[in-house]
Amino acid sequence: MSKVRVLVGTRKGAFILSSDGKRDKWDVSGPFFAGWEIYHMKGSPVNPERVYVSQTSAWFGQLFQASDDGGKTWYQPGVKPDDPNAQPQWPPVKSNRFVYDSSDATGKPLTTHQWYDGTQHPWEFKRVWHVEPSLTDPNMVYAGVEDAAIFKSTDGGANWSEMPGLRGHGTGPKWQPGAGGMCLHTIILDPQNPDRIFIAISAAGAFRTDDGGKTWKPINKGLVSQFIPDPNAEVGHCVHHIAMNPERPNTLFMQKHWDVMRSDDAGDSWREVSGNLPTDFGFVIDVNSNDPETVYVVPIKSDSEHFPLEGKLRVYRSKSGGNEWEELAKGLPEKDCYVNVLRDAMAVDRLDKCGVYFGTTGGQVYVSPDGGDTWKAIVHDLPAVLSVEVQTIS
Amino acid sequence: MSDSVHQIRVQIPYHLRNLARVDGEFALAVAGPVTIRSVLDALEVRYPMLCGTIREHDTMKRRAFLRFFACEEDLSHQSPDLELPEAVASGKEPFLIIGAIAGG
Repeated sequence: MSKVRVLVGTRKGAFILSSDGKRDKWDVSGPFFAGWEIYHMKGSPVNPERVYVSQTSAWFGQLFQASDDGGKTWYQPGVKPDDPNAQPQWPPVKSNRFVYDSSDATGKPLTTHQWYDGTQHPWEFKRVWHVEPSLTDPNMVYAGVEDAAIFKSTDGGANWSEMPGLRGHGTGPKWQPGAGGMCLHTIILDPQNPDRIFIAISAAGAFRTDDGGKTWKPINKGLVSQFIPDPNAEVGHCVHHIAMNPERPNTLFMQKHWDVMRSDDAGDSWREVSGNLPTDFGFVIDVNSNDPETVYVVPIKSDSEHFPLEGKLRVYRSKSGGNEWEELAKGLPEKDCYVNVLRDAMAVDRLDKCGVYFGTTGGQVYVSPDGGDTWKAIVHDLPAVLSVEVQTIS
Repeated sequence: MSDSVHQIRVQIPYHLRNLARVDGEFALAVAGPVTIRSVLDALEVRYPMLCGTIREHDTMKRRAFLRFFACEEDLSHQSPDLELPEAVASGKEPFLIIGAIAGG
């Protein structure tokens, strides 16, 4: 029988929630890396026992950890696990070394982006927001970072190199940080085209490479963002998250700052599908693993009030690929709920009856084992949830 | 101060002790003049998992929320190449790396 493993990153550590295919009874393990901010953790599709974690701290900076046993034990890639006596080691480990490529040979001369006051500001690495393991090689993994850039490791996270074509493709001076920082928060690998990668940045927009990351182009046509004077602005859009059903990689769904958007041409053009949503502000969006036309969002009241409307936590589901949305309430709080659901905190499993999961800043992680019809809190009182990923293990 | 190897005493914050798998204060061999830079170099060779956690990778600057103390003095703004007090080099007093008390 299949199992699911839910990987939860929080403000104060990582947790792993495990269940069988019924998704009724759960084992909770953790906290791992207690006291550290875990922005994201994700398992390799090739080897689900290999899990990567972004571990970060305002005091100690960025660390990168990995597990080869599904999260029971962890190691810093490049430092031999469970063998502290293997030191000294020289040159030192570089698993947490994310340095922008500014070399003449491979990097780009671009060194500034737009700051809050409109002036230019140098790129400064702060943290890894998102880790995306390769679809084919468990030792290959991508990292989306703040200030926005994409890095790649081909040795299991021991060494990292920037893919400088993105940061240097030309519009960088117009990128600017949103309230959460200038983060590259979404990386989607195309399962049918190994040279195609989608990424999204707040606040710059969505970008796509068709040559394995050498060159990138903005894919923001059709996005309309309040307060951007140019209605055809190529970049500057605050994209919150993008989701894809792997069976249909040219169809993308986007939760923008405001507006829920859809593209059917791999991002070349977008159209709004907010339809009858009570508010189209939000952070998360995901697509049912069995039906590429079934989409989930969690409407949030506004950009000024980051909590559900009327204190009622609700997921909205469209079975028509957008525009027509239904409220999903069964099992979710009916009143006095003022949490947020952050951009990487929703995921779906790949079981026959698609399970949907999301975590809140109030520390709850909810599961729907029936595609959204009913919901149940797996845990109630974790630290604020930053990210949720699901592994379906057969 | 001689160029011989000094056995100094070091204390690091809780999270870094967990990372390095050390308990409490520990001894560290530092070759040559004992400066902030030579102590951190030796610390990162002995405990490579600490690379980047005390000073930034590319600039080698002290992380903003960490401080260096010894002999009841804040040495955080000293030149990294200034020799530390003899009491640190001789192991009489520890070199302290302290996390700023802030946050929740």
